[in-house]
Amino acid sequence: MTTTAVEGVEDAPARRRAPLARRAWLRLTLLITPPMLWLGLAYLGALAALFVTAFWDQDPFTGNTIRHWNLDNFRLLWESEVYRTIAFRTLWIAALVTVVDILIAFPIALYMAKVASPRLQKILVVAVLTPLWASYLVKAYAWRIMLSEKGMMHDVGRALGVDTPGYGLTATVITLAYLWLPYMILPIYAGLERLPDSMLEASADLGARGGHSLRRVVLPVVFPAIVAGSIFTFSLSLGDYITVRIVGGANQMLGNVVYDNIGAANNLPFAAAVATIPVVIMLVYLGAARRTGALDNV
Amino acid sequence: MTHRWTRRTRILAACAALTLAAAACGTSDDDGDGGGGGTSGAGFTAPDLPMLEELGEPEGEVNILAWPGYAEDGSTDPSVDWVTPFEKETGCQANVKTFNTSDEAVNLMKTGEYDVVSASGDASLRMIAAGDVEPVNTDLIPNYADVYDFLKDRDWNSVDGQPYGVPHGYGANLLMYRKDVVKPAPTSWGAVFDESSPYAGKITAYDSPIYIADAALYLMKHEPDLGIEHPYALDQDQLAAAVDLLKKQRSMISEYWSDYLKEVQAFGTGDSVLGTTWQVIVNVAKDEGTPVEAILPEEGSTGWSDTWMVGSKAEHKNCAYLWMNHIVSPEANAAVSEYFGEAPANPKACDVASKGHCETYNAGDEDFAEQLWYWTTPIEQCLDGREDVKCTDYGDWTQAWTEIKG
Repeated sequence: MTTTAVEGVEDAPARRRAPLARRAWLRLTLLITPPMLWLGLAYLGALAALFVTAFWDQDPFTGNTIRHWNLDNFRLLWESEVYRTIAFRTLWIAALVTVVDILIAFPIALYMAKVASPRLQKILVVAVLTPLWASYLVKAYAWRIMLSEKGMMHDVGRALGVDTPGYGLTATVITLAYLWLPYMILPIYAGLERLPDSMLEASADLGARGGHSLRRVVLPVVFPAIVAGSIFTFSLSLGDYITVRIVGGANQMLGNVVYDNIGAANNLPFAAAVATIPVVIMLVYLGAARRTGALDNV
Repeated sequence: MTHRWTRRTRILAACAALTLAAAACGTSDDDGDGGGGGTSGAGFTAPDLPMLEELGEPEGEVNILAWPGYAEDGSTDPSVDWVTPFEKETGCQANVKTFNTSDEAVNLMKTGEYDVVSASGDASLRMIAAGDVEPVNTDLIPNYADVYDFLKDRDWNSVDGQPYGVPHGYGANLLMYRKDVVKPAPTSWGAVFDESSPYAGKITAYDSPIYIADAALYLMKHEPDLGIEHPYALDQDQLAAAVDLLKKQRSMISEYWSDYLKEVQAFGTGDSVLGTTWQVIVNVAKDEGTPVEAILPEEGSTGWSDTWMVGSKAEHKNCAYLWMNHIVSPEANAAVSEYFGEAPANPKACDVASKGHCETYNAGDEDFAEQLWYWTTPIEQCLDGREDVKCTDYGDWTQAWTEIKG
């Protein structure tokens, strides 16, 4: 369509130009091939290879992979109770981290988008982004030190009459919620930015109080943005294995099972089978998120 | 319009996916028959690999895969350095990578990027069977002649009389505790298994399936009815008993450690006050001012007898041989065994080491050495000689370890 229009107006120069200009499909193919290859090879290809590996076997003595097709890995995953426990624990942690992040992020985002002056707004956006510049490990180890027996949380907790949670699942949720908070604040902030002030005014003019407006006007508009943010916090928590190693005490998540099977047992096929669990969970999650229109907000 | 673009994009994506799927399937078909290698189950066959016939020119570089504390170049502690003298003497630049568990070592050797590795008994046979390490020509290692004879030609470093490496030293896993917290001082491994322990929630354990042997050793001494003769030869029932003990212990664990610096830190802050350790960790913790002590409990202990082995895909084999010769030289062997806290493999090291070192670690005392249960890979064929049952193999142990951690 565009091509014919161009040809009609600038016939002569068009002929002199490279053949690319006239062949829209060629242009498109060249343009789209590298990213598609990247997506296909690096992303989907890796996933496909992972899935294929999950159907193989391992020699427990030498640790070598045996390319013998079978369903044993999935059978073991299904039948053994420990993996179900770990899967549900991981799911639970990811959900809790997401809820905690929503509860913290929403007021912050609301303040940034609707209350703060434009100058303060910019400062706050920078402040929210700054922690992302620091290394993940530095932040996780900082929490390890803070949560330790003699750490800062211990002193703060004592002043408030509570004990430090120590290393464990609570510590894991706290640390993960801290790590992923910016990924929740930014989408909600963006969602609230799009909410016209006039809607809030209209709501107030029609007699709605603050809480009522929040519930009936703000939340429905910003809900897809919250879901978008939750995709980040949920999926990042679901795959995490480092934080739980650093502050999680003796607990393990799905990521640790994968890590131990690759790093320790060298059982790549089983690790691949375990790794399909979060993939399946995320597919279900994304399917649900799509229905809310959140994917337009990501 | 948009519709058409989307459709074309989809077709492109589908094509890409199909190509990949085809490629993936192709690979698996090609290697389908030849894949694997090494027979599982009872025993194993060592792949037929050539050994180095003569020493050539040093390559100027060597990639060393070592337990922490085995290849120190002064970066941890300026006074602890036996890598720099080696580099000066041979011109081989040493690139050291440390690992935390034997499994990690087995895994890293598969990459073929390392020339020489310090393998414990629970790794050495697996590496030999997988063809990741090759036979060693001990004639090319002058210092090998000095090594204790009772360390040579053992089933964790040789196959059918052919040495696969150079013995490095041996020692025991110890029980470490905070002197200011744990009173009275423990004398038995029971301290970490007793359900009514006052230190519940502050106990630590080594994060590897091989730790099951520690529980088995405890049961061997305290539950004779189970009939455990060898902590690495457990039948189904015996393994279940050990797993049971470890599951009870799990509720008292603050955290499992495999990264030794993490254990040092946990003892420093007091998050862990009692648990299994290595002498080198005790030394580092003491250096940092943590009031810790370590003992060899009355039950005896699991331990290690390590071997330096050459990678079959090594690119710097000459330097690897020079390194193996260096590490069992009296000076280096004395330095490393003192720093790590183990008995040296070379008796001449005792002349160089500080006074009392070899006595402390019972170097050369064959009877003592026989009492330690060196890390060995559990296999289906019972290591204690039983033939009426099948023993649990390392795969079972790995599985059990995940279940213990829950």
